[in-house]
Amino acid sequence: MLKYALLIAITATPATARTIIVNPGANAQERLQTALIDAKPGDTIRLGKGRFALADGLSLDVPNVAVRGAGPAQTILDFTGQKGEGEGLLVTANNVLLRDFAVENAKGNGIKSKASDGISFVNLRVEWTHGPKATNGAYGVYPVSSQHVLIDKVYVKGASDAGIYVGQSQQIIVRNSKAEGNVAGIEIENSYNADVHDNVATGNTGGILVFDLPDLPQQGGHAIRLFRNQVIANNHPNFASAGNIVASVPSGTGVMVMANRDVHVFDNDIKDNGGNGVMIVAYQNKFTDVHYNPLPREIAVRGNRFAGNGSKPAFPGGAQIASAIGGTLPPVMWDGITGYTVPGGAVTQAAGSIFVNDSPLLNLNLKMQGAQPTAAQPEVAKMLIAAPLTVPAVVVLPAAQEARANAK
Amino acid sequence: MKRLISLPLLGVAAFSIGAAAPAPRVDGARLLADDPAPLLSAYHLFADDAAQLPSPGVTRYTLNTPLFSDYAEKFRAVWMPPGTAAAFTDKGVLDFPIGTTIIKTFAYPADFRAPDKAVRRIETRLLVRKAAGWVPISYVWNTAQTDAVLKRAGLRVPVSFIDAAGAARQIDYAVPNINQCKQCHLQGADVTPIGPTAANLNDGHQLAALASAGHLTGLPAVMPRLARWDDVAEPLPVRARAYLEVNCGHCHSPAGFASNSGLYLQHDEPDPAHQGIGKRPVAAGRGSGGLMFAIAPGDPDASILLHRMESNEPGVMMPQFGRTMSHAEGIVLVRAYIAGMKPK
Repeated sequence: MLKYALLIAITATPATARTIIVNPGANAQERLQTALIDAKPGDTIRLGKGRFALADGLSLDVPNVAVRGAGPAQTILDFTGQKGEGEGLLVTANNVLLRDFAVENAKGNGIKSKASDGISFVNLRVEWTHGPKATNGAYGVYPVSSQHVLIDKVYVKGASDAGIYVGQSQQIIVRNSKAEGNVAGIEIENSYNADVHDNVATGNTGGILVFDLPDLPQQGGHAIRLFRNQVIANNHPNFASAGNIVASVPSGTGVMVMANRDVHVFDNDIKDNGGNGVMIVAYQNKFTDVHYNPLPREIAVRGNRFAGNGSKPAFPGGAQIASAIGGTLPPVMWDGITGYTVPGGAVTQAAGSIFVNDSPLLNLNLKMQGAQPTAAQPEVAKMLIAAPLTVPAVVVLPAAQEARANAK
Repeated sequence: MKRLISLPLLGVAAFSIGAAAPAPRVDGARLLADDPAPLLSAYHLFADDAAQLPSPGVTRYTLNTPLFSDYAEKFRAVWMPPGTAAAFTDKGVLDFPIGTTIIKTFAYPADFRAPDKAVRRIETRLLVRKAAGWVPISYVWNTAQTDAVLKRAGLRVPVSFIDAAGAARQIDYAVPNINQCKQCHLQGADVTPIGPTAANLNDGHQLAALASAGHLTGLPAVMPRLARWDDVAEPLPVRARAYLEVNCGHCHSPAGFASNSGLYLQHDEPDPAHQGIGKRPVAAGRGSGGLMFAIAPGDPDASILLHRMESNEPGVMMPQFGRTMSHAEGIVLVRAYIAGMKPK
């Protein structure tokens, strides 16, 4: 306990904080991993310019540490020769800032944080440099079971699942970032209170996804705002491994909301996506989790700018539906599923409405969770307006986290 | 593969040598010091470092079902400060007293067909129970095999051996770094040992022997027991689930590193979906291998769990570290377990 108390004391007196410099070169793996282990709270690990050739995953388990490079083009953690571990860099401590470097060609995920409160990813690049491939790692930046998550000015390319993936987390901001050439550009999954704004998602299979899945420690995703994003030409063929939920995302999807409640999509530019500009759907697989709600509820899509979407729908039956209604899908599609059967229980109807004023809207009228696409009774409506929905609260991260992330 | 090897390594002879020269006492104060010793010998855990004879008070133990670590042979022992004892617990590891040190040496014989000869020790891992909790410390043996040196950042060690079938094997053995120690040993906020649970120690006599030697208190009449994974007399599902608990369950538990997967591989997990049966992947990425379910009952080749056990590719393989080769015998067991399930 004595040692722990000492560490707290160092945290409280920044004057004692050290800067540990690590440069590329021989034995980079051991030198950098040693620095990550020996760091004390308050310390900054400065990564020099150049390419660090890394043979294994790296990990940081010390709270209140910053890892900073010379810039995402200048400092490169190169995992091309990685022999082990599921991530390039793993963070398992609170109040960690990762800033100004790149992670290339990690064998699994690029950068993961697990159970970290106050994790900031700032001005990073995570890339699989041989372009989109099924053998690339799954996620670029991957905070999971974390709180107070900041992803700012991050660029991710080539992830075989989601470029920016936030799972089972709370109080999240994803902003000023770019996801390109991934299966999913940005994915918020089983998470609470997320603001996703001023990002660019382009050239992915699907641009921005908001999902909720069963059988997980945190579910019931809610209170999510997507706004001022550029969701452009996400028409890449899906290259995810089958079985994963994103493998079911049709190429050409701009924004996709599956299950969840209280999701607001507004003030975005959603253009040139071959399928749906915005797709609102239920989770359609069978499930046994009695606590899970597969329906999207209280979803608002309003005030977005749409252009050039819907000419090449890739989902089952999409082309037929499009041709039946004039060749092009309307910008917003809802599967029209409003009921599901609780496993071993009764039929339940959705509480809360779907609000769409970005007309027109395509409603597939599938009614019940699990209904096959062939049961669709497509209907184009000008708008779908129930009572306006209350907008989720603005996500505000601790001032100290924001200040540190932005400090030069 | 044979579980127990060379007497010198295991130090069974230690208890009969006392008379000639007084064996050194374990240095409990050094074990509890803030900074770990640079050399393993500083703790005097062994009466004879070259021969690996345990010091007085160091008790070796075995587990019904051990973790697979690239076929390394393991020497397990525990030391508790004089006058203290562990308390029995029905679930989880025994409640060891402060100062307890759990010792695990990983070693390879040159030829597994002669497992007592030319045994090379690779590393010795310690878990020391300090007042604030368990602390992992790793030591890597020197080439002369005279002492082991503290390693905190991990190390790759080339190892070659002849396996039990006579085939030459070469591996890039990975000594874990201290964060990796924690990844497996962390349950919730606390580092904890994994192996020495009452159930996994319960081979019919080991717990009673510990109790009669004064190392264990509170032994009940009926004790939990984890199956031996390789005892064909036991039911297949029981063996397979014991294997999965020991090899996967330290991460795949509600309080473990892989909690977010929703896949929980304790032998007594009641929920079929959490066991993996018909469970879709969450964040497996390419690790899914294009398969739909963790366990597809009746169809091992369609099961992600088995696919990831078979793979040796980082990003796909499970466990994520701790092995560089797949465990053929474990795969046979889990394959048979899944094949024997009734398809849905």
